[in-house]
Amino acid sequence: MIKLNRLAIPLAAAGIVLASVVPGVASNIKDAKVDTTSSCGLLKIAVNNWVGYEADAFVVGQVAKKRLGCIVNYVYVDEQISWQGFAAGNVDVVLENWGHPELFDLYQKKLRVAEDAGSIGINGVIGWFVPPWMAKKYPDITDWKNLNKYSKLFKTSESGSKGQLLDGDPGFVTNDEALVKNLKLNFKVVFAGSEAALIQAFRSAERTKTAMIGYFYSPQWFLAEVPLVKVNLPTYKTGCDAVAAKIACDYPIYKLDKIVSKDFANRGTSGYKLIKNFQWSTKDQNVVAKYITADGMEPEQAADKWIADNPNKVNAWLKGLVKGA
Amino acid sequence: MTAVVTRQPETEPPEPQRTEWPRGSNLRALMSGRRNSVLLLGVLVAWVIVGTIMHGTHTLEIGGADQIGIQNWLGDRANDIQLASSQNFFIQVTHGISDGLNSLILWLQHLISTPAFPRPYPHVGFLGVVVIAWLFTAITAGWRMSILTVACFLAFALLGFWEESMDLLIVTLLAVAISVIVGIPMAILMARNKTARAIVTPVLDVMQTLPSFTYLLPLSLLFEIGPAAAVICTVIYSLPPVMRIASHGLLNVNPATVEATNSMGQTSWQRLRKVDLPMAKRTIIVGINQTTMAALSMATIAAFINGPGLGQPVVRALNALRVGDAFVPGLCIVLMAIMMDRVTTAASQHSENLARGQARNIAELRGRLLIAGAVITTVCVYLGANYTWAAKPPSSSAGTWLANRVQEVIDWISKHWSGATSTISDKFTTIFLNKVEYVVAGSPWFVTGAAILAIAFLLGGRRAFIAALVCVAGLRWLGLWNGAMVTLTATLVATVFVMILAVVFGVWMGRSPRADQVIRPFLDAGQTLPPFVYLIPTLALFGPTRFTAIVAAVAYAAPAAIKIVADGIKAVSATTVEAAESAGALRIQIITKVQIPMARSAFTVAANQGLLYVLSMVVIGGLVGAGALGYDVVAGFKQLPLQGRGLAAGFSIVLLGVMLDRITTYTAQRGAKKAVES
Repeated sequence: MIKLNRLAIPLAAAGIVLASVVPGVASNIKDAKVDTTSSCGLLKIAVNNWVGYEADAFVVGQVAKKRLGCIVNYVYVDEQISWQGFAAGNVDVVLENWGHPELFDLYQKKLRVAEDAGSIGINGVIGWFVPPWMAKKYPDITDWKNLNKYSKLFKTSESGSKGQLLDGDPGFVTNDEALVKNLKLNFKVVFAGSEAALIQAFRSAERTKTAMIGYFYSPQWFLAEVPLVKVNLPTYKTGCDAVAAKIACDYPIYKLDKIVSKDFANRGTSGYKLIKNFQWSTKDQNVVAKYITADGMEPEQAADKWIADNPNKVNAWLKGLVKGA
Repeated sequence: MTAVVTRQPETEPPEPQRTEWPRGSNLRALMSGRRNSVLLLGVLVAWVIVGTIMHGTHTLEIGGADQIGIQNWLGDRANDIQLASSQNFFIQVTHGISDGLNSLILWLQHLISTPAFPRPYPHVGFLGVVVIAWLFTAITAGWRMSILTVACFLAFALLGFWEESMDLLIVTLLAVAISVIVGIPMAILMARNKTARAIVTPVLDVMQTLPSFTYLLPLSLLFEIGPAAAVICTVIYSLPPVMRIASHGLLNVNPATVEATNSMGQTSWQRLRKVDLPMAKRTIIVGINQTTMAALSMATIAAFINGPGLGQPVVRALNALRVGDAFVPGLCIVLMAIMMDRVTTAASQHSENLARGQARNIAELRGRLLIAGAVITTVCVYLGANYTWAAKPPSSSAGTWLANRVQEVIDWISKHWSGATSTISDKFTTIFLNKVEYVVAGSPWFVTGAAILAIAFLLGGRRAFIAALVCVAGLRWLGLWNGAMVTLTATLVATVFVMILAVVFGVWMGRSPRADQVIRPFLDAGQTLPPFVYLIPTLALFGPTRFTAIVAAVAYAAPAAIKIVADGIKAVSATTVEAAESAGALRIQIITKVQIPMARSAFTVAANQGLLYVLSMVVIGGLVGAGALGYDVVAGFKQLPLQGRGLAAGFSIVLLGVMLDRITTYTAQRGAKKAVES
């Protein structure tokens, strides 16, 4: 009778294989409609971890899916790890790149797996910000030279005897450690860990009128809710940020651009052309980002809403790719 | 998490001690123990005094973006690996492996999780997957377990994470399969060959002390980000338990049986197939259980290198501070952990029942039922492959509902309690944590180093001293001394709390069977949770600080330590306790003078396990503001220019782990020896 036991496993295995291979009588699972005229195929969009980026990714993704018939894969990875994806072949495009000359050097010049696909029409600003109530109460705080005077205000349990400078995700572009050291500021960089943690900290600092200074950036929808005030660091001059450990100047203005994998660009699909054409404004991005965060919409829904409200902008990206655009 | 539970045999929960409580008979041992405690106190006092006088000098603190010496070298090598990818033979091999694994995983995904476009559903539809899981569990673990499995699979779908759950299942099971295929032959080799054992054991030690986060970076360089690298990471983490436990089981096969069968002239192969493997079967399945749990916890962390599965929605939600959204996939991970744990545990019991041989008619019935099961499965797979109603996982709004409710609770807490929680966190940090850090990390490196060496020598003797010396030198050389000391501080502080919990609950459970009965299931459940899950509630309560990481670490490490202490207390011979009772000792006296001293080695084992659990969690705490080495690992992983520093931080964590492990292990061995002597 043990034989029956032994028989069960091979029998089940054979049955499973057979059952999944034999075509069903009146099977009602139909393949999704494929637009045979579509030359898009699979489109792998990296999604980095700040909400402005999510807005870029899902607007482009939804347009590609619904208008061009692409199969869109969202790859959730960090900013710099996305570039590894160009080499590994599991990322086609990074939609909002902030500078990164070192990555260009490695992946574009040396490995030849990535290339620039133009600006997204937005300039990025990175810097140190204080909540508005502080700028009002201490007007001279916006000059970096006065920061040491106020450093005591910013003391926390994490920064000890120094003032706390709150940074975001360890993966974001930052020169803050070097700046604190080279400008001889009595501050310690503490990492909040994410964009959301930064926003929460700024929000409660403004609400409870507690002192806070931190890393922030524009475009960011939160600046509309709480208009943070930028602290002026020594003016940026070309080349002043050449050696990472010696940086003692403000961040440059970043022309946010799209990076695509070389292979993807060479295929020249309609998805690639859409990405080439994609450009919008800070305002547009903030609208979608606000839908996602403050209004709690799913990214796809948020993107769909914006797409429905802005047919002209979307059609401009699709010019020559679909009829009627 | 389970990794350290299984260390064998040196740190296994101690055998019941057969020695009687020393009644002043061995004065020398007692005296030397006392002398050691005095010396230990002396070292600590000297450390505090010298550290305070010289505070802030030679602390080797380096700026957050600086890289020095060996770190630059490591960074250059990491770059070389990426640059060499097209020509280097070794890299071509690793990329070949990852390509192969990736296509295998994609094929499995098309079968059960992600449909192959343009098909709307995976080839084996929902019904098919559930029924296959049901049959598999029924065959290996019995009918009762199969109901649990079906319930969990239904929950995955109803909570809205069917696809992610199936992805996690694929990664975990594939890693377990590879671990078993590689691990069992290695275990046989280890059991048969002394030299092999001597070589492999320390390697396994390191693999198990290695916090999982540290090898994400090097492996993503070699195998490229994606599912394949996720599986390989998971295998590294989950391989040791099955190798250790299986070789342990094979070594302990009854020698009389082996001799008897040898005398009948069996070949080595026959012995393996007919004697060793069948007799060690149950132990081997226990090893597979441990391996499965380790694989599950690592597979969730692999989300950072684009590993598919439930880790991804958790990471995404934590990034957006949406604790509610992290809670639901977290719950699915917990369900999967409980399911896998119960099923593999039951499988080991089941295999024994079958091996013992049941009544003939039951076996017959079982055979018939299994055949029926196979037929049902075939029909269901056919339906799932062909009809929408059977292919589509049932959906409900339960997941969203639950996420919203949890978020409401969290919002309410953070609104009304944020003052209280941040006060607790601040007070604890300034009064306690910063004070310890002041001494450990604020003293000159040679003062702290000397203190560590002296403590190692006093506690664990010469061998512990040598291990500590190697590790301290290594830490100094890697150039992240200050970060390592900050991490060490957090680890020690958290372990103190783990031990307090272990003493309170362990003694209580050891003395009261009822308390044991009530508490133990919670501890079991706590031990099956992947470390990641612990971050969710603590982050919500305390925000991103070192304190958060410590709380999460205590919660993560306490169950194992409590269980070990409870077992140790229980093992104290009842007659000794009775004797003390009849001598009129008070309850508190019995606890402090009899039970705790006699269970001493259980405490050292608990401390060993506690330290290693805590260390691995403190590293993950780098994600939520714990800073130091954990942060360096994360930053090195996320930022190309800091790769070298990240790698050095990873190695530093390994050294810390090995050091703490060796010191506590040798201390435990010494304690056990002393107990035997007296």
